[in-house]
Amino acid sequence: MADAPILLREQQYHKIKAVLARLRLDSSARIVFLVDKDGQEIAVQGEVGNLDTTSLASLAAGNVAATGGMAQLIGEKEFPTLSHEGERESIHISVIGRLLLVVVFDECSSLGLVKLRSKQVSHQISTMIAEITQSDDDSDSPFAGITDEDIDSLFN
Amino acid sequence: MTFINYASREINCKIVYYGPGLCGKTTNLQHIFDATAPQARGKLISLATETDRTLFFDFMPLELGTVRGFKTRFHLYTVPGQVFYDASRKLILKGVDGVVFVADSQEERMDANIESLYNLEENLQAQGYDLMKIPYVLQLNKRDLPNIIPVEDLAAELQRKGEPVVEAVAATGAGVFDTLKAVAKQVLTELRKG
Repeated sequence: MADAPILLREQQYHKIKAVLARLRLDSSARIVFLVDKDGQEIAVQGEVGNLDTTSLASLAAGNVAATGGMAQLIGEKEFPTLSHEGERESIHISVIGRLLLVVVFDECSSLGLVKLRSKQVSHQISTMIAEITQSDDDSDSPFAGITDEDIDSLFN
Repeated sequence: MTFINYASREINCKIVYYGPGLCGKTTNLQHIFDATAPQARGKLISLATETDRTLFFDFMPLELGTVRGFKTRFHLYTVPGQVFYDASRKLILKGVDGVVFVADSQEERMDANIESLYNLEENLQAQGYDLMKIPYVLQLNKRDLPNIIPVEDLAAELQRKGEPVVEAVAATGAGVFDTLKAVAKQVLTELRKG
């Protein structure tokens, strides 16, 4: 079957948030996200305000999936980074295993700085992903005990 | 692929609406969007052509409520139905937790239903899934039109594994939530198995 579920424990979540906070500071970015390749938002740091982070996560994953598809058509495995530069706001996406590191930045930063800082934390994030994946093996589903009534209650 | 976040006590699942072009996949999502309280859902994102045909996907997050202290959120996606968008369909199935096949009940669309169903099986296999094993619902849409095939005949042709079959008129909302409930229930039941 395909990839196992991601189970993110509280401690791991806070560790990831700390790495993202540091990256945000070091790269003078507005917002830093960690998203999985299927479009699920894992953690976010920064001035989110009214930004629809769920949609942004889904579209970032769609974007990477589409360019990954193009890469394979021309004989590349994938494009490990993507950048979109706007008049004021820009986005940089790095593919790190099954996750995407998404950095939103404005004229207070630069693409070069964001690329450099993203690359510097990618190893740390890879290690964290490995930890999360490893911990999947020995954890029980928190839903093992749910009943049909629990499920039905969602639809009442 | 299910994502369980213990820190924010959230569980996220991905459901994909599949089917031939113009069968009503986007209309299903549009009805769910229109009929759901704004606090329970996010924006409906449609990556569509200028003529409103789905180009890449439609997306809508929906929060159903809490189970055992975990907020359950479903990410609903549609695929582009037109035959030549196959590469996009394959990508959208990645990480799927449950599939709804929306069949067009009109006689002249039967071949398109069958072709799309084969395409679903193939594309699921390409992503490492087996239609016989994943949460799955067959929706028979457009039951209000005059030239439709009887339910028994459609089911005989399209049902794969005894999956729930829901009659629907997505344009009016009939059967839309029954379909969603049927697939969401199976996804949550899978989670129970761990």
